[in-house]
Amino acid sequence: MTSTVTPRVFDVGASDEVAERGRLVVTLGEGPDAVTVGVFRFSGRLYAYENVCAHQGGPACQGRIVSRVRERLDDGQRSLGLVFDDAEMHIVCPWHGFEYDVTTGRHPGRPDYALRPVGVAEEGGRVRVTV
Amino acid sequence: MTVDDGVRRLPTQEITTHTDSREILANAARDTERYGLDEYFIVDVDSHHVELDSWPEILEFLDSPVLKDTAHQMMKNWPQASHLALHNHPPGLTMQDVSGRIPHQASLGEETPDTGSGAERDVTLVRRAMDAMSIDVQVVFPQPMLETGLHPQPQVASALLQAYNRWFTSQILPREPRIRTMLGLPFEDPDACLATVEEFADHPGVIGFLVTSQRHAGVHRNAYMPLYRMLEERGLPIGFHAGPNQADSMTSTMNRFLSAHAMSFVTCNMTHMTNWVINGIPERFPGLKTIWIESGLAWVPFMMQRLDHEYYMRQSDAPLLTKPPSAYMREMFYTSQPMEWTDDALLEATLRAIDAPNSLMYSSDWPHWDFDVPGRIASLPFLDDHAKRNILGETARKVFGL
Repeated sequence: MTSTVTPRVFDVGASDEVAERGRLVVTLGEGPDAVTVGVFRFSGRLYAYENVCAHQGGPACQGRIVSRVRERLDDGQRSLGLVFDDAEMHIVCPWHGFEYDVTTGRHPGRPDYALRPVGVAEEGGRVRVTV
Repeated sequence: MTVDDGVRRLPTQEITTHTDSREILANAARDTERYGLDEYFIVDVDSHHVELDSWPEILEFLDSPVLKDTAHQMMKNWPQASHLALHNHPPGLTMQDVSGRIPHQASLGEETPDTGSGAERDVTLVRRAMDAMSIDVQVVFPQPMLETGLHPQPQVASALLQAYNRWFTSQILPREPRIRTMLGLPFEDPDACLATVEEFADHPGVIGFLVTSQRHAGVHRNAYMPLYRMLEERGLPIGFHAGPNQADSMTSTMNRFLSAHAMSFVTCNMTHMTNWVINGIPERFPGLKTIWIESGLAWVPFMMQRLDHEYYMRQSDAPLLTKPPSAYMREMFYTSQPMEWTDDALLEATLRAIDAPNSLMYSSDWPHWDFDVPGRIASLPFLDDHAKRNILGETARKVFGL
């Protein structure tokens, strides 16, 4: 016998409440079935993940939002120092600093360390999350 | 259109240095439920409180009127010294929080209503962390004070340790019986070490003594033998709490905190372990319990192999030994954090090498940036329940007589 869980859709707020490079962290449901989710906007699109780090279970969606750091090299492979790459936005778990690319939910150096993605959609100026 | 019923916005959208510890650690409750951690006796053998918050109170415990005047003048005249006077806080340590990515490392700046003194506030913060992580007993150490082993003026380091130890035993320990400590020894001064043990060994809550961060004094020097004898006779463990330093000869070449931190903690304890074993200290004091703290575990099997290999060829260099170095190392104790977990097979081999069910003791190192929750131990797939119970608390219960 198999059991099926019916997906639940929640209206979590208005579109303009999730600003570009911003977030909305919400707990959906009550009791043992409750799920805490972070909704993020980057380059206009929404992404949502469960608020549980792949490392030790920390509240990854409540950490810093920061551009990926890269190291620039010149043609001779000499380091020119560190720079922010604003084309990639990271969510950082505040427990231990694990960073995740907001568009994939994956750690940039170990892609198998990943946040659990959650369905999110935008319609009529409202944000809806499916868990 | 409105937000659906059953949707609750978290009051803290972003965790900062002002967020309550209970909220920062709220997700640890998932492990408590999943692994039944409330049913375990959990002892955290390495955690930290924020003594610089109480620094002016601690400095009042200085014995020397001259040093106390120096401290007062520093606090009065130097704009940034109100919570650093006399201290050798290494500037590189402010890189620890990864540029604000790990706020609790930088500061626990949360509200603690109804706490009048720094000590009351400290106890409140420790209780919050213990409760959030289902910890029954927490061994609490200072933070920057652990750097006193590297203080440029040993007599100031000794005075600060004495003041801190008097403050901690009179202001912190009496307020919460779940808090215990191993007090730092003024290791540069062997006579002062003996005086420290004499003064504090019988104080309730003091369960051992620490060698902190220093790596320049050989632990095999004859001057330390009375100290080891005294601890052995009293049944009190000696702990080696490693500390990082970017000014060490090797780490001074390193341009990133990651590099220096990865190397420095470990080489600190590797140095002491080598001198400790090769000079036969375990043969001289077989009843002295020895604990290696905050260096992770991966270095231990490395050193076991390395020292055994050399010992077999150069037995005459270590004449006090009656068995291979690894055999002595297997009879010592280790705290778990920061446990290198990235390769299950290597970690399993490491735990087997050190006889983890009988030698390993859980430690969180909270509130540091690389802390481990108890679920880190409870989730290991290759340990049985008996081993997990020992590591999480039962071995500590035996070692410290809890």
